[in-house]
Amino acid sequence: MTKAVIHKTKVKDPLDDRIFYIVVYVILGLLTLITLYPLIYIVSASFSDPFSVLAGKVVFFPVGFSLEGYNRIFSNDRVLTGFINSIFYTTAGTAVNIVMTVLAAYPLSRKELKGGSVVMVLFTFTMIFNAGMIPNYVLMKDLHLLDTRWVMILPAAISAYNMIIARTFFSANIPRELLEAAQMDGCSDFKFLLSIVIPLSKAILAVLVMFYATVHWNSYFNAFLYLSSDELYPLQIILRDILITAQTAASDTSDAESALEIQGLAESMKYSLMIVSTIPMMCIYPFAQKYFTQGVMIGSIKG
Amino acid sequence: MTAATPLSKEARRARRLARFKKQYGNNWQLYLMLLLPVIWLFIFCYLPMTGIQIAFKDFKIRQGIWGSPWVGFENFERFFTSYQFTRVLKNTLLISLYSLVASFPLPIVLALSLNVVRKAAYKKFVQMVTYIPHFISVIVIVGMILQMFNSRIGLYGTVYTALTGQQAPDILSKASAFPHLYVWSGVWQEVGWGSIIYLSALSAVDPALHEAAIVDGASRFKRVLVLDLPTVLPTATIMLIMNAGRIMTVGFEKVYLMQNDLNLTTSEIISTYVYKVSLGPTGGDFSLGAAIGLFNSVINLILILLVNAVTKRMGGTSLW
Repeated sequence: MTKAVIHKTKVKDPLDDRIFYIVVYVILGLLTLITLYPLIYIVSASFSDPFSVLAGKVVFFPVGFSLEGYNRIFSNDRVLTGFINSIFYTTAGTAVNIVMTVLAAYPLSRKELKGGSVVMVLFTFTMIFNAGMIPNYVLMKDLHLLDTRWVMILPAAISAYNMIIARTFFSANIPRELLEAAQMDGCSDFKFLLSIVIPLSKAILAVLVMFYATVHWNSYFNAFLYLSSDELYPLQIILRDILITAQTAASDTSDAESALEIQGLAESMKYSLMIVSTIPMMCIYPFAQKYFTQGVMIGSIKG
Repeated sequence: MTAATPLSKEARRARRLARFKKQYGNNWQLYLMLLLPVIWLFIFCYLPMTGIQIAFKDFKIRQGIWGSPWVGFENFERFFTSYQFTRVLKNTLLISLYSLVASFPLPIVLALSLNVVRKAAYKKFVQMVTYIPHFISVIVIVGMILQMFNSRIGLYGTVYTALTGQQAPDILSKASAFPHLYVWSGVWQEVGWGSIIYLSALSAVDPALHEAAIVDGASRFKRVLVLDLPTVLPTATIMLIMNAGRIMTVGFEKVYLMQNDLNLTTSEIISTYVYKVSLGPTGGDFSLGAAIGLFNSVINLILILLVNAVTKRMGGTSLW
């Protein structure tokens, strides 16, 4: 704010400043262009005629407008099942995340809680030491969670990092006096959490929802290790099959002609699949931009 | 407390109970809230740690974790003496060092430049665009790399052919190209997101300092050098040191997706190797996988503790 005022009072920038501003704008313009170009290319390719894409005619704008790729996606059962599964894992998983994270973070933010620091140490330790892939896998097996929907939700129910962010927020933003006044009126801790803390913490809840939801939507590691049934797979696993596994198979084919033939049709799907799978993230993005930055900043001030 | 008037046993017990009630009774609801998270913590974070013993055993699925026979450090010896040991260690370190160096300066440059921009709309636009890639899943990112760098049908291939008239060399299966593709696609994805923390540091610069510098005739560039840069430097140092603590941690997901038979000499890293020897289609050696995983976890732990000690000494900013 103040900075803008300072500059307005000046009539004209000196020459060296003007050159400097131009340099800065060029740097930023280049960075933006480099970021944007692959994205534009993907979008254009997804709306283009598949054979124009294969022939390398698409450079910036769509060539030979076609919705063939999108048609093929929406008539593909595996993609649809994956999409629905991902929506389920993301909503159910995030709901569990939020409840569990708040249940851990709020009591731990209360200083009078005896033993709270021990629990904090136990949580923090999980951030710096992990038993590893194999012990975790064997545990899932012993708990009979392999190849069930639970395995997509329970193991990742709390992220210690997010829990600590929430705890920092609670201890900094819920005034002690409020608690004392409520206690004076005979308000219980549960009631206080539900009717006072939660409504006052919308900002941090939004941050948590977005942190958790992006991870659920985008990750494939747990599904990759623990699931084996087609009907349970989230979208990312289906994407992997179509975008990556199929790709390597095609580039292994020595006969360029037939490879091109096979690819022609598969290719039309790939770009539209990238778009469709990313759209849900882009929908929450406008909100995310506001809250995520806030979250990153809360995260950087450790409690 | 008046002297040692002997209290009856009952009275003492009652007093102890009252004290206990006062300490914990008032807060019983808080403990109830914590119950579920603590149970979760033990089952999903600490119970697997009992599985670490697999690393020191000859694990048989039928006999389970506790029933399998002990073999001491045999699994570790097998890993240290195998030809894969130096390869995966070297690749892991190389990739993470390379990304550490490559991904460090750009977010700072971006943040400093954004901070200079006076047109709010332009600043917003650049931020909006550069944050987008952070939200794209690793599978889609790798899918994009495979599409765009395909030597026949990708953008890289067609541009190469248009310029030279020849078929482009297949860089996706070239081992020497793997680290570059991996690291620079990562830089592309995270540069905007990485700048947020520096921008927040920059917002702490006192505008009065800038005013004073303007009065003294400092150019904008000069003000970046003497005011803005020193402000982000502490944050930058901490980020650098913290990332150095993660030097042995290269995520499994992206590397595994980018691997193919031809680039394994540079792309096989510790985590992908663990997967392959144990859970992968040709694996089955759980003990070896657990041993390698434990080796990696312990080194990570040591590195992070080391890094924390260093940052603490530097200025009290500790990770916990």
